[in-house]
Amino acid sequence: MTPKAPRSNNSVVLSPQQLDQLLQVLAKRDYEVLGPTIREGAVVYDHVYSTKDFPAGWTDEQAGGKYRLKRREDDALFGFAVGAHSWKKFVFPPAMRLWQARRSDGLFQIISETRKATKFAFIGVRACELHALSIQDKVFLKGPFVDTVYKLHRENIFIVAVDCVQAGGTCFCASMNTGPKAAAGFDLALTEVLHEGRHHFIVRVGTKAGADLVSQVSHEEATAADVEFAENLVAEAAKHMGRSLDVSGIKELLYRNIEHVRWDQVADRCLSCSNCTMVCPTCFCSTVEDLTDLSGQQAERWRKWDSCFTTDFSYIHGSSVRSTPRSKYRQWMMHKLAYWIDQFGTSGCVGCGRCITWCPVGIDITEEARVIREGETPASAAG
Amino acid sequence: MIHTLESVIKEHPFFQDFPEEHLEFITGCAKNVQFPEKHFIFLEGDPADEFYFIRSGMVSIELVIPHLGPTTVQTIGEGEILGWSWVSPPYRWHFNAKTLKRTRALVFDAKCLRAKCEEDHDLGFEMLKRFASIITARLDATRLQLLDIYGHND
Amino acid sequence: MATMTENEVPQGVNADPMIPQLYRIDRVRDETDDTFTLSLVPENGEAKISFLPGQFNMLYVFGTGEVPISISGNPAITSVLEHTTRSVGIVTKAMGLLKPGDQIGVRGPFGSHWPLNEENGRDFVIISGGIGLAPLRPVLYFLMAQREKYRKIVLLYGARAPEDILFKKELERWRGKFDLEVQVTVDRAASGWRGNVGVVTPLVARAPFDPSNTVALLCGPEVMMRFAVMELQKRGVPHERMYLSMERNMRCALGYCGHCQYGPGFVCKDGPVYRFDQIASVFGKSEV
Repeated sequence: MTPKAPRSNNSVVLSPQQLDQLLQVLAKRDYEVLGPTIREGAVVYDHVYSTKDFPAGWTDEQAGGKYRLKRREDDALFGFAVGAHSWKKFVFPPAMRLWQARRSDGLFQIISETRKATKFAFIGVRACELHALSIQDKVFLKGPFVDTVYKLHRENIFIVAVDCVQAGGTCFCASMNTGPKAAAGFDLALTEVLHEGRHHFIVRVGTKAGADLVSQVSHEEATAADVEFAENLVAEAAKHMGRSLDVSGIKELLYRNIEHVRWDQVADRCLSCSNCTMVCPTCFCSTVEDLTDLSGQQAERWRKWDSCFTTDFSYIHGSSVRSTPRSKYRQWMMHKLAYWIDQFGTSGCVGCGRCITWCPVGIDITEEARVIREGETPASAAG
Repeated sequence: MIHTLESVIKEHPFFQDFPEEHLEFITGCAKNVQFPEKHFIFLEGDPADEFYFIRSGMVSIELVIPHLGPTTVQTIGEGEILGWSWVSPPYRWHFNAKTLKRTRALVFDAKCLRAKCEEDHDLGFEMLKRFASIITARLDATRLQLLDIYGHND
Repeated sequence: MATMTENEVPQGVNADPMIPQLYRIDRVRDETDDTFTLSLVPENGEAKISFLPGQFNMLYVFGTGEVPISISGNPAITSVLEHTTRSVGIVTKAMGLLKPGDQIGVRGPFGSHWPLNEENGRDFVIISGGIGLAPLRPVLYFLMAQREKYRKIVLLYGARAPEDILFKKELERWRGKFDLEVQVTVDRAASGWRGNVGVVTPLVARAPFDPSNTVALLCGPEVMMRFAVMELQKRGVPHERMYLSMERNMRCALGYCGHCQYGPGFVCKDGPVYRFDQIASVFGKSEV
């Protein structure tokens, strides 16, 4: 036990070992513990069994069309930004059977799936990713119809968030007001501190469940100084973002510029490869596939991830409404930054930078927005 | 209520804002006319020396196509104008105009009007301005018909 | 992950809107050489059909797929569901091979509806083209059933050729009523056709309605609706009283597959019936 020091509300200190114990408690409580780990040269989200599985001592170098892991000089467990995966793949599975049907004597019946509730624990959720989860919640849970599978997966997630103390090369959460500090939607939020030989986590408790979990492992109360130090680290990160995006009036700006020549220019580079939609934590488009077996008596319907960049995404009456790269890129970007606001009341972008990093030709959404904004004359801006 | 020739012309949308000083001349070029159904008002190749305001009834603009026979490409109905070939040389009709039902119309002496338009360019401009709108509208319609928008797209 | 047990979906109860309800084909009527109307009755005998004019269902043909088709029947009839469709793709072609007694899956009804209850005392001008008459037929049934609530009703209908005119019997019947003005036009005539030849646009210009008190309902190919909107604008009908039925690719019809996005909304839930001012910022913009 530490000597009495000024206590801060709801914050404790955990050592890396104590964090590991936290994971073991979750596993014992039958949570599927998911967190960052390294696979094939990148940080991915997958099952983790202890902090040994984390990318300790690694960071990522990100730029337009570039992602490389690089060794750090310390052993930070969360010393990287974000990888190609986002948490959506757990609550919104890339492929999922919706139901089956069987036919006999010309009549058929539909057989629904019985789904077990999952208990996920997400370890290492960045502030931008917390926002992305709440944005997808609006899509799948707050519309006229509730996605029952999303609801099932989403209900029991235990979230351990992580503040960013180092901004990534393509990050711009500060512009989007989504980070780098985890503000809400978590059970626990960690700030990793490596300073003068010490390595620990300042942990903010967000819910009763979080408090309960912390009480299962030995820990110490955080001092006000500890908390302030951690907060400063995060505040510094906010000042060193790799990118920035001016969101003032962005919806109206893009509506005014639906026919801007920039769309043609970016189309010359865009391959319609759909990487951006795959890595984006808020993109939610899917398709439905109806299949039969060879006998034609058994059918299934599947839901799979889709992308607005695919050829027949907007196919109707013999051709696609959006068949050119110009119209597809414009749809993606205008949806993300403008239409989304009309549809769901918030921006669709959380500033994680993945689309910039994973675009094979390095198209940068912040640059596209900037060029369009700067291309406006006072007259055209007046609308 | 009896409509005088003058009031019918004045109230027709075609002559909206037409300068007063020309209206009297125009009225002088016009007279009422009636056609029974299935009547050829003019034939392809005939001299185009008139145009018509259709007051009631329906006229079919048709072309005779060797293996299809007479084919209607457009119908002109109540309130519409029939005939613009009077405007440009060689002043000959390009299509047949045949009534589909009993039709009442105002017929305008275009030969006389052409001569007066050559003399008085203000009058000429007013007439051509208005006929340009009609031709544009017909062109738009024809293009839409060509696009075959209700047809199969695959 | 998910485990599977035999769970035959009870008919009439639809907890999961991705699961179709089973209907049986009662009747198939050929309207033209490529368009047909299906009359469906629910397998669950107690289910009552209820929809608002303008809405659509997702119809599923076993093993082949699902397509959005507007409901084309009389909303006052609760025992039979009618859909009129053209046979253009894999699913609709398969649908065209179905016979009375066959089953079909139905999800819905989805989407927004024509503004019929809110517009008493108005003139109605209904502008339709091709298969676009199908989603408007429920409107005509509805309006004619309470004719005294409205003033002038004008139906303008453009078809490709006389043999492509839909619902010929109904059109004749409506034409015969003194309180409904019906004008039909075709793009190309056959010999013997003694009606209008030409596009719908000039009919809009001359139709007998009062622009200051009219509601315009439009459904048909987008280019036809564009030109019709221009004519309505010329006559002074305000954007807030023009309604268009839009179409886009649909997969889920529930608002989250993203396919039917049309600018700031989803055709499956913000449409298919849109008040024109809602889409004026993107209507007619190429490839939106």
